[in-house]
Amino acid sequence: MAPVTLKKLVKSYGNVDVVHGIDLEVNDREFIALVGPSGCGKSTTLRMIAGLEDISGGVVEIGGKPVNDLPPRARNISMVFQSYALYPHMTVRENMGFSLKIGKVAQAEIDTRVNEAAAILDLDKYMDRRPSQLSGGQRQRVAMGRAIVRKPDVFLFDEPLSNLDAKLRTQVRTEIKRLHARVQATMIYVTHDQVEAMTLSDRIVIMRDGYIEQVGTPEEVFKRPATRFVAGFIGSPPMNLNEATIADGKLVFAGGQTLPLPAEFRSKVAAGDKVIFGLRPDDIYPTGHGINSGEATDVHEMELPVSITEPLGNETLLFITMAEREWVSRMLNPRPMGAGEVVKFSFDLSQAHLFSPETGKTLRG
Amino acid sequence: MDKNSSHRLKRRWLKVAHFIGLFLAMLVICLPGLWIVLSSLRPTVEIMAKPPVWIPRDISLDAYRAMFGGAGQGGIPVWEYFRNSLIISITSTIIALIIGMAGGYAFARYKFKGKSGVFLGFMLTRAVPGIALSLPLFMIFARVGIIDTHFAMILIYVALNVPFTIWLIDGFFRQVPKDLAEAAQIDGCTRWQAFWQVEFPLAGPGIASAGIFAFLTSWNEYALASQITRSVNSKTLPVGLLDYTSEFTIDWRGMCALAVVMIIPALTLTFIIQKHLVSGLTFGAVKG
Repeated sequence: MAPVTLKKLVKSYGNVDVVHGIDLEVNDREFIALVGPSGCGKSTTLRMIAGLEDISGGVVEIGGKPVNDLPPRARNISMVFQSYALYPHMTVRENMGFSLKIGKVAQAEIDTRVNEAAAILDLDKYMDRRPSQLSGGQRQRVAMGRAIVRKPDVFLFDEPLSNLDAKLRTQVRTEIKRLHARVQATMIYVTHDQVEAMTLSDRIVIMRDGYIEQVGTPEEVFKRPATRFVAGFIGSPPMNLNEATIADGKLVFAGGQTLPLPAEFRSKVAAGDKVIFGLRPDDIYPTGHGINSGEATDVHEMELPVSITEPLGNETLLFITMAEREWVSRMLNPRPMGAGEVVKFSFDLSQAHLFSPETGKTLRG
Repeated sequence: MDKNSSHRLKRRWLKVAHFIGLFLAMLVICLPGLWIVLSSLRPTVEIMAKPPVWIPRDISLDAYRAMFGGAGQGGIPVWEYFRNSLIISITSTIIALIIGMAGGYAFARYKFKGKSGVFLGFMLTRAVPGIALSLPLFMIFARVGIIDTHFAMILIYVALNVPFTIWLIDGFFRQVPKDLAEAAQIDGCTRWQAFWQVEFPLAGPGIASAGIFAFLTSWNEYALASQITRSVNSKTLPVGLLDYTSEFTIDWRGMCALAVVMIIPALTLTFIIQKHLVSGLTFGAVKG
């Protein structure tokens, strides 16, 4: 049983704070992803949990007990590194059994547990090879095997998939998910890839510049982003975000184009307010080609010319120019369409978001 | 002749020229060594003959017999010199390695104030020719009363070798990713265990080559040893070579024989670790 709690956690190098007192509760057996752009402090946070980085302020608790001053070996954690960090001078078997050997576990027990982990990860054939004789994907599995063998309370992953090619990444991602279901331990996973974060985790923590922007389930952060940053970070292609001014129940964009004010926000804003209007590509579609076609409740239709098309097979991304900006639209069940064609688009305003331009926070309240 | 075959001919000629060039270079490098071996086997008359006798006519192992016999040829105590050389070189190498490992690890892994300054300082000591220090060293050692002792020579060679071993070993530890030590710590190692279990074995070949460098420096060093050693107590082999010169004659044959005896351990060691030696050298070159 090992929940992980961060209380006002701070990391500073000299005078520069890189993590600004973050609070986070990770429940027992939860899979949580720390996600954010490079330099947002996610890896530093993970390394503080692991004990590889000194804590400048605040408390890290594992299993309800503060571990600030415990060395990594006393925290009963396992970590999978981006570089895999396999010991090059040991065979796969020795790599996986290393922690048990150091812990003076009996050889028979080591063998059982190593073989067990090898079976889970399908590594049986490679047990006597050195890491240099393995492919990237196999090394990745050995690194996970080494983590499993310890039976830790908490697994830490530091961008474990970023050295793999795209196909293998999807494969190993599924394997990690299966692993979580199987070992039932708390897992904290750092990535800059929002797809990994969305697909793997129970909850996502989105970080930026050393602050937590939002914590929520994949659905929450996707459907109800707390800030403009989260809205732009989660989802691919990213949400269309454009400035607008409120005037008699309408959103007025640059160049004078307007959209009706979404019903949900009517009581939240006043005439003259400046807002950031956000709408996902999924919610702008050529009429009849949308994800919610037929069910959407607050649809506004508008005829606009298409400037570029990006066919992806099952869908086509359409780039349209409106209010002096480029907007992206996602067309499902696509039909052939040429650049310059004028198409009737549906804007599903029930899915719209408004953010404050000053604080970046959602105006949903 | 078509273009194709003319090019082929040209390439063949270039290949031949290449081999001739290599052979000449090898000759320049190997001839002195070969000459020493040959001279150790020939009588002095033949060595000193003018014009030189290229093909030896009279070969014998007399010089070696005399050398290890102890009594003949002025009874030069080769065994004692050999023992001194071994004791001094091995001890100083081990000490230099221990210090070099500690220092190299610190430079590779830790940040501290004045790091680059200290490192530069170490390198600068390499710029000072050892012989320039011989006089002050002699005076200080004489005052302290350690002239003609193993201790004095070990001290000198440790000082001489430490900057270089630190520099080399620093490079090898840098090559070992930091992640590995961290992974070991998470796997249950203390910092100390992580070093011995993971980082040391991986930097091992590099450390060994640093050791060989240090050993060869001590083994071959002549200038300082000739000042500080006086007698059979501490004289090393290079200094011992001088025993073959007397007031009016030089026993070239005996000297060459001793030189061969000196070269053999050095050559053997170098041969054993040549692979690591090369990687050690190039590594230092790339790191800058």
